[in-house]
Amino acid sequence: MSAAVMTVEAQTESAGAAPRRRRRITVRSLTGQVLLYAMLAMLALVYIYPFLVQVATSFKTEPDAATDPISLIPATFSTAAYERLFLHSDFPLWFANSVIVTVCVTIGRVFFVSLAGYALARLRFRGRAVVFAFVVAVMAVPTVVLLIPKFLVLNQLGLYNSYAGMILPLLVDAAGVFIMKNFFESIPDSVEEQARIDGAGSFRVFWSIVLPMARPALITIVILSFQGSWNELSHFIVSTQSPELTTLTKGVASLASGQLSQGTQYPLKLAAAAIMTIPVAVLFFLFQRKIMNTSEGAVKG
Amino acid sequence: MSASVAPAATPSRPAPPRHPRSRGIRRGEAGAGWLFVSPVILILGVFLLVPVLMALWVSFSDWSGRGSPLSGSVSFVGLDNYVAITTGGGLAERDFGTALRNNAWYVLLVVPLQTVLSLFLAVLVSRRILRGRGFFRTAFYFPSVTSSVAITVLWLFLFSFAGPVNQILSAIGLAAPNWFSDPRGIVHVALAAVGITDGPDALTGTGFLGVSWWDWLSGPSVAMSAFVLMAVFTTSGTFMLLFIAALQNIGVELGEAGMMDGASGWQRFWHITLPQLRPTLFTVITLGLIGCWQVFDQIYTGTQGGPAKTTMTPAYLSYTSAFQNQDWGVGAAIAFILFVIIIAFTLLQRWVLRDRPVSKRRIRAYQPRAAASTPSASPKGADA
Repeated sequence: MSAAVMTVEAQTESAGAAPRRRRRITVRSLTGQVLLYAMLAMLALVYIYPFLVQVATSFKTEPDAATDPISLIPATFSTAAYERLFLHSDFPLWFANSVIVTVCVTIGRVFFVSLAGYALARLRFRGRAVVFAFVVAVMAVPTVVLLIPKFLVLNQLGLYNSYAGMILPLLVDAAGVFIMKNFFESIPDSVEEQARIDGAGSFRVFWSIVLPMARPALITIVILSFQGSWNELSHFIVSTQSPELTTLTKGVASLASGQLSQGTQYPLKLAAAAIMTIPVAVLFFLFQRKIMNTSEGAVKG
Repeated sequence: MSASVAPAATPSRPAPPRHPRSRGIRRGEAGAGWLFVSPVILILGVFLLVPVLMALWVSFSDWSGRGSPLSGSVSFVGLDNYVAITTGGGLAERDFGTALRNNAWYVLLVVPLQTVLSLFLAVLVSRRILRGRGFFRTAFYFPSVTSSVAITVLWLFLFSFAGPVNQILSAIGLAAPNWFSDPRGIVHVALAAVGITDGPDALTGTGFLGVSWWDWLSGPSVAMSAFVLMAVFTTSGTFMLLFIAALQNIGVELGEAGMMDGASGWQRFWHITLPQLRPTLFTVITLGLIGCWQVFDQIYTGTQGGPAKTTMTPAYLSYTSAFQNQDWGVGAAIAFILFVIIIAFTLLQRWVLRDRPVSKRRIRAYQPRAAASTPSASPKGADA
């Protein structure tokens, strides 16, 4: 980079000071730009290539995957892995379980979390500060510490090995309450006041006036809880045992540790991992703008 | 817990008359408030608070997994479970020591690497003039949305012996390790390369938690290093977003002022941008520390602690002790020690990165002639 600048300087020595300066900056920044884009392209390749090779390998035959793991084009295009997954394994059942749990958890969380967030932000009641402190304290408890405790309580309550045991503990998320409370505090309360004066009850105000205004925050909660419950593994390990209740994460983890297979079976495993990534990937691309530009709106305002 | 604060009792008491008109339209608000938060309190209480208390009891008991831990046949054993894993001298202590060693190295590598990389990526994609900015951000963030299970499956393939990573390594002439089956610590490997294969007696003879000092210093195993790379790969995108948001809020005035004063790009970054990123840096490091001590999914999916227990982590050890070996007390005790470790690290980090007033030395640097006149600007404890 500095070498290029030197040459330009030498060449333009005879010219006036001002053009020389301008020229020097352009060449310098051009080299900088080339370097920047080269580096970004390299990094992007490192981040994207694993997923490309994953999809490619899932369409390879097993010998092909073993001999040429690096290529992005299958030597012989094969859907054997997908056929085996969907027709000769429990994979569809795992998928269905994951869908059931994720949908229930997401709907429940959006409702309960916004309800609590609204109460903590707007309604005046004794003990509000204590409740909020409790929620914040709960956020500090690391999830892996709860593996054994959760099993103990589910077992005690007779919820072990049931959909209720899988769904109920995930239904509320302290961080979500926190997000919703902050959001409700940020919007003006004049509209609610008006509705209250007109005689609407607290729930009515919440349901028909506040909730529709809270769309941006609700989308955040939907994204977080969908992604969180779809990708959840440890909770399902400690809350279920029977094969009928296996979710995708648990099922694919058992595939990975080779309990159902002989040989490496990379096409099969990678196909399973790819399919389980699709729903969160779709969610991500749907709300990409929102996820990636969280703060750009704030700057404009 | 919620029973003691009977929601029905509160509405009858009038709210303090701070707002004269609010009494009418705010009628029933207290009842509604408690009603609205009750599902959250109930679920967090039943599935979080009660479980933690119950597990605390189990960690002091000899419950073997049969029946209820609250039944009469279970007895209080005091600190026995904690003693077994910290000073017992047996397998339990050695396993716990090994798990701590593995995870400590993991934290030591992952936290700095992911922080630096995510900051680097954020700076790169935060340039005001950049084509394809959206594409690059998406590319760097995408690994963060995938599940740990899916990414572990992918990683097992990428780092398999004849897998893509090793193919690339051999193509550029580097030795291809047998990643997930190699229990050698990377510090030991490096020392072996210069001919040191056995540690000095001072290090091999003594140890801590059943693991000799020589083994504590082994570094993460080659297998664990693959997990380190995976953690950096999957978390850098999330933290990049945090840094991008912070960079956007910084504003350009200070940077431009620095430019006028002739500061180079690196100087502007180091002396102007970075100090303003301090709160975000704090968040990223804290989240990193908390997350890194909770390694579980990857180990469960990938290596189950092997090879030679070098990817065993306290979280996974707690799980296997309880659910596989039926040593529930020990499992719960490990979980609580882990809890304490996580809290201690968070507090320590908070203390290290606390907001300090500008030190005297710094102030002198900025005001060379007025040094004597500014002691009041640096309150007590500035140099601590």
